[in-house]
Amino acid sequence: MMTQDALRVLGVAAAIAGLACVPFLLGDYGLSLAINIVSYTVLATAWSLFSGPTRYVSLATVAFFGIGAYTTAVFAETLAWPLVLLIAAGIGILVAGIVGLSTLRLSGVYFVIFTLGLAELVRQLVTWYEVNKTRTLGRYVFTDITAAQIYWQLLILAVLVFAAGFLIGRSRLGLALRAIGDDETVARHSGIDATQAKVALFVLSTVFMTLTGAIMAPRWTYIDPAIAFNPVISFTVLIMALLGGVHRLYGPVMGVVPLALLFEFLLARFPNHFSIMVGLVFILIVYAIPRGIVGLVEQTVRRPA
Amino acid sequence: MSGLLEVESLTRRFGGLVAVDGLSFSVGAGEIMGLLGPNGSGKTTVLNLLSGALRPDLGSIALRGQAIAGMPAHRIARLGVARTFQIVRPLASFTCHDNVLTGLAFGKRRAWGTQARADADTLLDRVGLARARDALPGALTYIDQKRLELARALALQPDLLLLDEWLAGLNPTELEQGIALIQSLRGQGITILLVEHVMDAIRSLCDRCLVMNTGRLIASGLPGEVLAHPEVVRAYLGDDDA
Repeated sequence: MMTQDALRVLGVAAAIAGLACVPFLLGDYGLSLAINIVSYTVLATAWSLFSGPTRYVSLATVAFFGIGAYTTAVFAETLAWPLVLLIAAGIGILVAGIVGLSTLRLSGVYFVIFTLGLAELVRQLVTWYEVNKTRTLGRYVFTDITAAQIYWQLLILAVLVFAAGFLIGRSRLGLALRAIGDDETVARHSGIDATQAKVALFVLSTVFMTLTGAIMAPRWTYIDPAIAFNPVISFTVLIMALLGGVHRLYGPVMGVVPLALLFEFLLARFPNHFSIMVGLVFILIVYAIPRGIVGLVEQTVRRPA
Repeated sequence: MSGLLEVESLTRRFGGLVAVDGLSFSVGAGEIMGLLGPNGSGKTTVLNLLSGALRPDLGSIALRGQAIAGMPAHRIARLGVARTFQIVRPLASFTCHDNVLTGLAFGKRRAWGTQARADADTLLDRVGLARARDALPGALTYIDQKRLELARALALQPDLLLLDEWLAGLNPTELEQGIALIQSLRGQGITILLVEHVMDAIRSLCDRCLVMNTGRLIASGLPGEVLAHPEVVRAYLGDDDA
């Protein structure tokens, strides 16, 4: 038992160390692809942290991602970098708390629509503020943060999101969330404070999204609301998580890697037909593998037994 | 007998329909109380009000002297009120063991870890489900799903257990086992309020009965007396038989 646990810890440590070496091994193009994959890994894993067990489908990913990106755009030149991240996390927590308390009583399709609307609302608010107050629609993000540094920060964030998921899965909170996902009425009558549990996890999940946005912003050098709050990001995260499978912590990453590579390929080969092809991929995934790759594998493994 | 549960002028309306209309009663500690009445008389609404699924429009509910009317369901559950559902509602993706564990983790004791897991096994054994420990509820027979739901309710360590037609739909052998199981809870000092239509069960289990019709209390007392009450006969069978 002990040796098995020790081996597992050693394996994880070796994998992290290996991934940390990626910037030394890959060229600029490879590194940018790696950044893309790690950032979507954080987003999709954070997404399924909340949406997996509760089955609340959120399209608000980009609202928080964008808030993070804008925080960087506003403060990166004047404040120390850790402080910028701290502010981003703080704003993310505040918005998530307000949104969580006011909307997590909604269920099903109402919640989906609300989260989609939230992303648009935040985008419009930022646009309004920029146009009327600062009188510029776009912002330049000048920092001396290198691509490799962005990659390492994202890697740390990825480790943290997996650690959080692992700990929650073994905790009382994890049990509560799965019970809520199964039957919220039963959960409440079993003594579970469903609202508190959902808000807590929603906030935690969105902090990772906000930080991803904050860390990613220097990649763009120029951002405007249409870039930072692009709804495609929310849909992409959703479909990656669904493709991988949200029932396991390692599920989403199984969807992130193939889809990130596929999107990269489509974008390079068919730049004009990208959207329509992505749409087809979405439909295919939902119809063909509703339980995700992990679910598919588990099903085929279990069947002969 | 001290009143574990004191209900005073409890009222709940749904639009123009008064589902529960000024209901007052008390249940003593350790008592098994039957709640009877024709379909639509408001029995399940009473259970929903007591367990916090619904808020009353008027009236008060006191558990051990503490006012619980209008509290959210999870707080009432933690104070010691557990319930089962008229149509069984197991947590479908949880094994039987984890279903019970959920009750233990968030009930009065908030048990967790090795002890909680052992307690879950004990409870499964108690309701006769030890063999199905790792099965999913979907694989169980109807009576076993009912047993599971009872085990989950007991996991909360309730003082008051609300059973909503827990014995309905069982065959004669299962019914006998079910009655014996509920009877055995009495020994543990759990107070039970049960909504039931099965007359054999009411006669053999209940210390006292309440009978409702169209939201109102029409009779209360010993099971034999209550069932012979002309008002009760009229509510169930109509005027001609009264």
